[in-house]
Amino acid sequence: MKVKMLSRNPDNYVRETKLDIQRVPRNYDPALHPFEVPREYVRALNATKLERVFAKPFLASLDGHRDGVNCLAKHPKSLATVLSGACDGEVRLWNLTTRKCIRTIQAHEGFVRGICTRFCGSSFFTIGDDKTVKQWKMDGPGSGEEEEPLQTILGKTVYTGIDHHWKEAVFATCGQQVDIWDEQRTSPICSMTWGFDSISSVKFNPIETFLLGSCASDRNIVLYDMRQATPLKKVILDMRTNTICWNPMEAFVFTAANEDYNLYTFDMRALDTPVMVHMDHVSAVLDVDYSPTGKEFVSASFDKSIRIFPVDKSRSREVYHTKRMQHVICVKWTSDNKYIMCGSDEMNIRLWKADASEKLGVLSSREKAAKDYNQKLKEKFQHHPQIKRIARHRHLPKSIYSQILEQRVMKEARRRKEVNRRKHSKPGSVPIVPEKKKHIVAVVK
Amino acid sequence: TREKLVLSDLLQSVKASSSLATIKKQLTRVKSKKTVQLPLNKEEVAQIHREVAFNKTSKALSKWDPIVLKNRTAKQLVFPLEKEQATFAPLEHVLGGWKARTPLEQEILNVLHKNKQPVTDPLLTPAEKASLKAMSLEEAKMRRAELQRARALQSYYEAKARREKKIKSKKYHKVIRKGKAKKALTNFENLRQANPSAALEELEKVERARMMERMSLKHQNSGKWAKSKAIMAKYDPEARQAMQEQLAKNKELTQKLQVSLESEEEEGRMEEEELLVPDAVNAIQMKANGPNPWMLQSVTLAASEADEQQDPEQLPSEPTAGEDSESDGEGSAGATEETELRELEERRSLRKRSELGHAAGARNHPEAQDTSSQEVLLEVRRLAQKLPKEARSSQPPKGSSTGAAPPAPEKEQAAEEEPLLLQRPERARTLEELDELSGEGCCPNLELPRPVSQGLHAGKSPKNQPAAPKKKGKAQMIDLHNLLTTRSPSGKSLAVPTTMEEEEDEGEREQKQTIKEAFAGDDVMADFLREKREAEEANKPKDVDLTLPGWGEWGGVGLQPSAKKRRRFFIKAPEGPPRRDQKLPNVILSEKRNIHVAAHQVHVLPYPFSHHHQFEQTIQTPIGSTWNTQRAFQKLTTPKVVTKPGHIIKPIKAEDVGYRSASRSDLSVVQRNPKQLSKRHRKQLKKNSPEALEQ
Repeated sequence: MKVKMLSRNPDNYVRETKLDIQRVPRNYDPALHPFEVPREYVRALNATKLERVFAKPFLASLDGHRDGVNCLAKHPKSLATVLSGACDGEVRLWNLTTRKCIRTIQAHEGFVRGICTRFCGSSFFTIGDDKTVKQWKMDGPGSGEEEEPLQTILGKTVYTGIDHHWKEAVFATCGQQVDIWDEQRTSPICSMTWGFDSISSVKFNPIETFLLGSCASDRNIVLYDMRQATPLKKVILDMRTNTICWNPMEAFVFTAANEDYNLYTFDMRALDTPVMVHMDHVSAVLDVDYSPTGKEFVSASFDKSIRIFPVDKSRSREVYHTKRMQHVICVKWTSDNKYIMCGSDEMNIRLWKADASEKLGVLSSREKAAKDYNQKLKEKFQHHPQIKRIARHRHLPKSIYSQILEQRVMKEARRRKEVNRRKHSKPGSVPIVPEKKKHIVAVVK
Repeated sequence: TREKLVLSDLLQSVKASSSLATIKKQLTRVKSKKTVQLPLNKEEVAQIHREVAFNKTSKALSKWDPIVLKNRTAKQLVFPLEKEQATFAPLEHVLGGWKARTPLEQEILNVLHKNKQPVTDPLLTPAEKASLKAMSLEEAKMRRAELQRARALQSYYEAKARREKKIKSKKYHKVIRKGKAKKALTNFENLRQANPSAALEELEKVERARMMERMSLKHQNSGKWAKSKAIMAKYDPEARQAMQEQLAKNKELTQKLQVSLESEEEEGRMEEEELLVPDAVNAIQMKANGPNPWMLQSVTLAASEADEQQDPEQLPSEPTAGEDSESDGEGSAGATEETELRELEERRSLRKRSELGHAAGARNHPEAQDTSSQEVLLEVRRLAQKLPKEARSSQPPKGSSTGAAPPAPEKEQAAEEEPLLLQRPERARTLEELDELSGEGCCPNLELPRPVSQGLHAGKSPKNQPAAPKKKGKAQMIDLHNLLTTRSPSGKSLAVPTTMEEEEDEGEREQKQTIKEAFAGDDVMADFLREKREAEEANKPKDVDLTLPGWGEWGGVGLQPSAKKRRRFFIKAPEGPPRRDQKLPNVILSEKRNIHVAAHQVHVLPYPFSHHHQFEQTIQTPIGSTWNTQRAFQKLTTPKVVTKPGHIIKPIKAEDVGYRSASRSDLSVVQRNPKQLSKRHRKQLKKNSPEALEQ
């Protein structure tokens, strides 16, 4: 029997030298390849479907805390290390690669209110309800030694938030006022107040490191300049802001997580109008953290879900939830832009993929090319209704789903009422207020 | 109203006594000063402070605007942003961990060891090290003195050269030049005896200089100066002289050197050959080991021509004479000038011969190079150059001559083969015209008739001098591309393929037959036409008949409403717009909106687009590798954000984007102005500090 084989002449496809141009075995004449758009549409549709099929963002749950996780911190030098403080005063260090707790410290009596790492990664600071600020070494004690803080500062009042300077041995705490501390001293080198209220969180600007932002319970956000030791400006919103986060790539942009279910992205030079109002949560937003690329941020909410928002979009692109996850109190985006961690009421820290359908591990070049192509296809056809529908579709827990419906009804009713009021009053007496302006009460100089 | 006590009243009372003068002065000064305004209250001061600080900070932040904008609109951002700094490690350190693995490496290492070459740290041989250490003070001094002397000598030499260059005397320079030439010659002679190979190299250099000269237009009497002189030459003997000199120089420079280190007899023979063969052959010989191998091809072509020319040119003196007579016979205006020039050249060459004879003798030229034969050769060369020009400028040789006959059959043949070839208003009468045709690209194939015409040429006009350049012109018409693309007309005359074709035909016929059988009942065309007609009918707007039978008149079976009523209540449908497939016989275009498709279509123009054309354009450009080259595909699918796995992305820094980072640390600034600590806080701090210290 004669076996027919494919036999090709290598002259037809092998270059003589590396410097020769590549042979193109294909004729790209568009006349020969009709129906580009329908074919690409089908590909885009498949890519979108596959994205939804492979969207399995949940990676691991780190359990070990014996009370709700109140705060999280990233290690500035190590991607694998995470610190967490719980409501029972316990601080734990975790190794993400092994997904194990590597160290446990009973740091405070009562809540651990805040935790932050030093910029060099050698030590970290915790504050608690016991009015103390404690500095701890990142490496654990040797065998036989007791777990002791490097330094303890006893304050007059309760501290509710702490953040470390990005370059220098300075940290800031907040409580009744914002205090700037030199690490070497036991008293603050500078205190800044503006009115009397309890300040819930303070954050250093990562780029222009002398800037601070804080939010207080009298619904305001205050900006401070550490160098001139003075507050700069105050903006009062409808409801209380829980925390703020600065954009790590854009020096003047920060996002505030508000009690009114929304997040507000501000340009700090123009506080009277937020750049964007991000709304999708159905309950108070408790924490927010930027991705290190500054293109997106993640928010944790009391509605038992976390959402990922693009900075320039008002709607979230992703929502993560699990059956057992309760109110999410703190959330962090890891410094390699790949993962998201969230700590919640029911004592767990959860690790999620930032891109739900991303394949983990090393990709071959062909896989990479396919991924990029699919991504571009999805972008290209994102406005087509069927593709949009599939890409947007998320399964939500019943509570959130029903609340969304409910709030939609409420919002519609409010809108209708306003329209009616405008209709039945003197023209111009009920002005149209844009959504962005609606939630800003005042800007105080 | 009470009177106010004014200071001036008091002052008036003061007598102008000397004791009180100073007080008075002081009081007047006080009077001139204004009262100080009340200080602002604390809140206002704080607000002003805040406003100033805010403005300052806003301004400072504005420097980030361009970077933020750039990053937002960037096609691609690669994180982490900071560049990895290249670290410089000494080679020894890098190579520290290296070990020889392959046998080759080991061998090399062995060799290095044997020769005491350093393998690792530091990369210096012992000798080098020693030399580094060796230089003592004395040595250094000596070396310095040596250098100084050398520098002094150099400056003397430079001064001398400059002085000599300034001397205006031509005679002096001539003497110098001649002396130099003599010296060079003697040197060469010595070299030839001592070291023949070196002498050969020298010769090659001379040859190369000659080639350069030949390539350039220098000394060709073609420059501005030369042209002006040419005009003057008739009347001004000096100008003539200058031109001649110029030409002589060219001749001299382009003269081929006839030196060979072989035996005398061979040389003699070679000389004879030189005399016989034209320039082209010389060129080949030179090129065989010449510097430019790419010229070889054209040279071989020329050589083939030369071979063809051999027979008519066997007697070199005769053609020249014929040519001379011919050109005389033509008697064109330029001819007289040319003859004059030629005479000039002859005279000049004669003179030069006598000079060169001397030089050639020095260069060991044999006496075979006698002046007359050289002249003849020159003539041949010159004529060969001139002829194509003449042939073009002058009309083709007279109609009755033998030269005119051959092109006709040739053209006929060409016409037979390629009827398109001669689609031109006027016929190409001569080979030259054909040549032009081929230049225009409409004469792709003329090879076949060529041998015939050549034969004719060779047979009928063996002494026809213009034939040579014509052939040259024809040789240019041979195009490899044409050769390859021409199909041989006799391809089908082979026996075997024909039978094969017949078989194929039969197979096809059978297949057609079976297809016809299978679709015997179907008349697809008619079906389609009917369908189209139906579609047209269905889409036409319908007439409406609103007549009500029995309304206003009797109705019943067999009764029709009156024609008047029917006319009145019949609404004729308006003519719809013309169908779009009206002129497309093979197409049915349905203009109904397809709701199934509509569900998949975009209804609203998406945000960044301002016109639906833009959006459609983006959709219509494919990005896949099916429609794009690899490179384009990669470019089209570059991801917007690229991150390196396992790398920490730090916040953007001023240094990353080329800004200067703040010189002073925030901490030092804060410590330098602690003014903002209010009294209350200070008190509080005082209270706090002892407690804190206790800890």
